[in-house]
Amino acid sequence: MTLVALDNIGVKFPVGRRTLTAVDNVSLHLAPGETVGLVGESGSGKSTLGNVVAGLQRPTTGAMRFRGKPMDTATTKAAHKEIQIVFQDPFGALDPRMPVSAIIAEPLLIQRIGSRADRAGRAAELVEQVGLPRDALNRYPHEFSGGQRQRIAIARALAPDPALIVADEPLSALDVSIQSQILNLMRSLQQARGLAYLFISHDLAVVNHLADRVAVLYLGRLVEVAPRAEIFAMPSHPYTVALLEAVPRIGRRHRRAVGIHGEMPSPLDPPPGCVFHTRCPKVQAICRAEEPRLEPAPGRPAQSAACHFKS
Amino acid sequence: MGSLFILLLLLLFVAAATPVAHWLGVDPYETDLLSQYAPPSPEHPLGTDDAGRDELVRLMLGGQISLLVGVLSTLVGTVIGLTIGVVSGYFGKRLDAVLMRFTDGMIALPLLPLLIVLGALDLTKLGFSAQFAHSGAAGFWRVVVIVALVDWTGIARLTRAATLALRERDYVRAARVSGGRAGYIMTAHILPNVATPLIVAVTLTVGRVILFESVLSFLGFGIVAPTPSWGNMLNNAQELVTTAPALAIYPGLLIFVTVIAVNFLGDGLQHAFDPRSER
Repeated sequence: MTLVALDNIGVKFPVGRRTLTAVDNVSLHLAPGETVGLVGESGSGKSTLGNVVAGLQRPTTGAMRFRGKPMDTATTKAAHKEIQIVFQDPFGALDPRMPVSAIIAEPLLIQRIGSRADRAGRAAELVEQVGLPRDALNRYPHEFSGGQRQRIAIARALAPDPALIVADEPLSALDVSIQSQILNLMRSLQQARGLAYLFISHDLAVVNHLADRVAVLYLGRLVEVAPRAEIFAMPSHPYTVALLEAVPRIGRRHRRAVGIHGEMPSPLDPPPGCVFHTRCPKVQAICRAEEPRLEPAPGRPAQSAACHFKS
Repeated sequence: MGSLFILLLLLLFVAAATPVAHWLGVDPYETDLLSQYAPPSPEHPLGTDDAGRDELVRLMLGGQISLLVGVLSTLVGTVIGLTIGVVSGYFGKRLDAVLMRFTDGMIALPLLPLLIVLGALDLTKLGFSAQFAHSGAAGFWRVVVIVALVDWTGIARLTRAATLALRERDYVRAARVSGGRAGYIMTAHILPNVATPLIVAVTLTVGRVILFESVLSFLGFGIVAPTPSWGNMLNNAQELVTTAPALAIYPGLLIFVTVIAVNFLGDGLQHAFDPRSER
């Protein structure tokens, strides 16, 4: 059974008289305990999609289902408990005027779970689970480093015992050495609790480390979804190919990346046909006229790509 | 802490009015034209004013009125401004537009005609008893209400601006993901975080209001003679400044000390509320 299913989600914002299409017709599902890595350039709509899942952004078109049910009042209430979020910037994610114990217990307070003493006890448990000393509880966010704050943010997200955490680039603002610590923490928490992650990132190395499946977004469209091993071994969409080639690797001779030239087109004015055709090395006449559908790659049913010439 | 001490001294000073009057055996309202502008003496420690009344006791009595007007008007104005500002900034869109245009309208209103109209309102027509309408208490509450009604705009704008920035903070969004509603977010996150800029604005308002009361008194709508307030004593002394400069200096000095002390208190409060400041 799927935990979260997104059906043809579209998010559009009016900008003056024009419309900005942040997310267009995205369908994606997440199973319990699964990590889906959501990758793409800046402005590809990853965070907007994450906000839709977290309930911060109402989709303009399409709908989300949670545990198979449409998002009515009762399901939304359940989702408030079961879906939590961790943000990129650990310095803006914690209220500077709240002690850590109150920050961690906040989701419980909002949902009126347990007594005051229960919540304090839960905060004390969580603070140790994320690897912080117990005396952190009475301190304020400014006394902690970026990595420690991200641990506090994770503890807050864990407080109501969620099934899914939307992690919106949780490592991007951290030092590399701290990144691996947080990554390992997230992984061990997942193993211990059967958590699912929607892991938004532009760092493919990190995604390769954590994700079960990878979804690639380009200009608000889902261009490829595949299990991690497949996508890294044999990307199907030319954009994914280009993204993987752009990853610098130690020991590999630098060669000129094929494919990615120029900038992503404006989401205010997306190109007709395949949105990637303006930068695609494989572009043909059909790409400019007809939008490709997300279909399985030849011989690999688990791997889908939206391309007329997928490999 | 020094400011708190000074404010306590001021409170003690104004609270001592009745006992001191009794002890000195003077009536602060009784005019004695034979002893105008008397120099300090054991009977009148600070001398007498232009009507021969004891200056010290009148300063003490006037302080009661001035401090009360300052604190009450600021409090009422802050509640109005804070509510409008937070609601406007948090909900945004059309409500924000309506509330902010209303605020701009208040700022744009010509103050003097407005004050004259508000000051001239016949309270008996508003349903108050004639006895209350002509008592000194009515004049006092009239000032408090008038000042509060015109002096909330700055606080509303400041609060709105701070709220606009705060509502998009990640901790606010995280609270929303957990199901936090507008009421919870406003009280738990927005209010504590607007406190810092707000305290400064509020303490500045207290000082301004004490002076504003004197303007009202001068126009005849505020605290009117014979009831003293620092504001009307200062105004009254203006025309006598060559004959009796001390009469202007005493209330002026007290207003000055009060404003400074309140500002320092605000500074201290700000530090006390901010977990980041060293203690």
